[in-house]
Amino acid sequence: MSKAATVRCSARSVSAPLVLAAPPLLFMLAFYAVPVLSMLLRSVSDPVWTLSHYASLTGDTVFLKVFCNTLYTSLIVTLGTLVLGYPVALSLVRAPRWAPFILVLILLPFWTSVLVRSYAWMVLMGRHGIINEALLVIGIVNQPLRILNTPLATQIAMIHILLPYMALPITNALRQIDPSLTRASSGLGATPWATFRQITLPLSLPGVAAGTLMVFVLGLGFYITPAMVGGPREITLSMLIAQQVDQLNWAYAATLSAVLLASALAIIAAFYRLPGVSNAFRMSAR
Amino acid sequence: MAAELTATRAAGHGASVTLNHLEKSYDRVAAVAGVSLDIHSGEFLTLLGPSGSGKTTTLMMIAGFEMPTGGDIAIDGKSVVAVPPYRRNIGMVFQNYALFPHLTVADNIGFPLRQRGVAKVERARQVGQALELVHLPGHGGRYPRQLSGGQQQRVALARAIVFKPRLLLMDEPLGALDKQLRENMQLEMRRLHADLGITFIYVTHDQEEALTMSDRIAVMNEGLVAQIGRPEDLYDRPISRFVAAFIGESNFLPAVVCGIEDDVVVAECEGAIIRALAQSPPARGKKVVLTTRPERIRFADGAWNSTVPQNRLTVTVTEAVFAGERCRYMLQAGQGIAIVLKEPSSASIRRRAVGERAEIAWSVADTILV
Repeated sequence: MSKAATVRCSARSVSAPLVLAAPPLLFMLAFYAVPVLSMLLRSVSDPVWTLSHYASLTGDTVFLKVFCNTLYTSLIVTLGTLVLGYPVALSLVRAPRWAPFILVLILLPFWTSVLVRSYAWMVLMGRHGIINEALLVIGIVNQPLRILNTPLATQIAMIHILLPYMALPITNALRQIDPSLTRASSGLGATPWATFRQITLPLSLPGVAAGTLMVFVLGLGFYITPAMVGGPREITLSMLIAQQVDQLNWAYAATLSAVLLASALAIIAAFYRLPGVSNAFRMSAR
Repeated sequence: MAAELTATRAAGHGASVTLNHLEKSYDRVAAVAGVSLDIHSGEFLTLLGPSGSGKTTTLMMIAGFEMPTGGDIAIDGKSVVAVPPYRRNIGMVFQNYALFPHLTVADNIGFPLRQRGVAKVERARQVGQALELVHLPGHGGRYPRQLSGGQQQRVALARAIVFKPRLLLMDEPLGALDKQLRENMQLEMRRLHADLGITFIYVTHDQEEALTMSDRIAVMNEGLVAQIGRPEDLYDRPISRFVAAFIGESNFLPAVVCGIEDDVVVAECEGAIIRALAQSPPARGKKVVLTTRPERIRFADGAWNSTVPQNRLTVTVTEAVFAGERCRYMLQAGQGIAIVLKEPSSASIRRRAVGERAEIAWSVADTILV
């Protein structure tokens, strides 16, 4: 009775947000922070306390190749989503009549299981898949192209999946732009292209930065898609980690995980220093 | 130093603007329902009206941001309906200033010059002149968010005139400023208008602002021009009840026409004979409304002589409010006709008490049939 009264009392006081946030925080602590930390701990404590796992990474050609490949894939995917996502965002804002339709189109992959999507890509890009059959019928190629299990397949599939993460923050940034600014620009003599280049584009950059950050960081950790549609030799960091865990090589897997986490955090930290990015995140959270 | 910007005056003139049965409908609801106006070269014309009267829509059509659904807009005699806004060469100040937040003050003001291909050095020179004209020299390196509302207003103004347009449109530019600043800026706008010699079209819902600044005012209501004229014409000779009520304060007296004497209507109101000026004489026996301004009515107890024809009524004081520079009385004549009277306050004038009977008088010339 008195305990319940205390809780109610503190809920009404300044610490109310803390009380509300406590259950998810405890959940995250128990089921996320503790396992992650114990995993990271293995990278320096398995079998004895040592930093040798990290030291050996610098001369590890497999690791370096996989790490570069992961960064490269993420970079290509980020550029791809940017090139495709910006026009999508613009059309979402400029053509409100079509916006619901466009939104459903780009969110559809969002609502579909990763596994189903990857199988769909296999059907599309396979040796006897729809793309190859179509190309053969039209006569552009004489024999089926190898698309599935190449880096290109990974990139296409990842761009498809990650497109909303780029398009939505940009849409948000474009929506924040006061329409009277583009009117003013036009009234002051700027052609539509000049208005886009000098007003709309610079003012949407925080959204571009937010989208870039999200896609790049998410791309670093992608596992199922590259594993299923990617090439057998172009493995990514997360695939390597899974492989090592399978072989019960825990210390090496833990070290790789630490590198992956550190890269993601470093990129996030770097982006947060850009003007307007933390703002853009705050706005999309609203 | 800023002489070059103001030199256009010598070169002549602002643009003349002709609106011909201009219409704009949204989903068959008319926002502007056929506005015809002749705005003269170099004139300061205000579109005045309540929100939803179509004044801003009219302005947006002149600027080119809204496409008319009917009628025509001609600038200097040439139709501009098919011309996109960026080729109309019209200066515009927006209600929220619409300064570009990612550009410095200098780059904001230089923006229209840059679009016109003015070289960097020349641009900087003209921006400097414009800043001087709006009393903000040395503020070029700042960003809009670092300026106060009044300063942002001046930057928006400088940006709108730096490319020497012959027509300047303003959409409630002083709406966001506090009273003191607003009054200063009103005078500033007038000065600028006189210096630049270009045509100003100004939109506001503030009748005092319109009266203070304009050469002519077009009062708008429900998508139409209710009346257009000089401020004193609108104030002294409103042609409709709407205009009389919207501009300044008005008393409305219901009356029945009982005769016409030349251009004066004789009407009966609560047993008294009231004479009023009318645009067109109404029929005898017709029910009409007469209007007069609160500050044109005086208490006229006992023998009170005047050389001009007067109307007189006997009233009871129902409310007396001392408001500093003047006293404001609510009076009642006959069966429930409320009349407001404003009297300049003075220690030598006896203040009336609530419940007191009094005689009031006002000039026939200040009585209008609407």
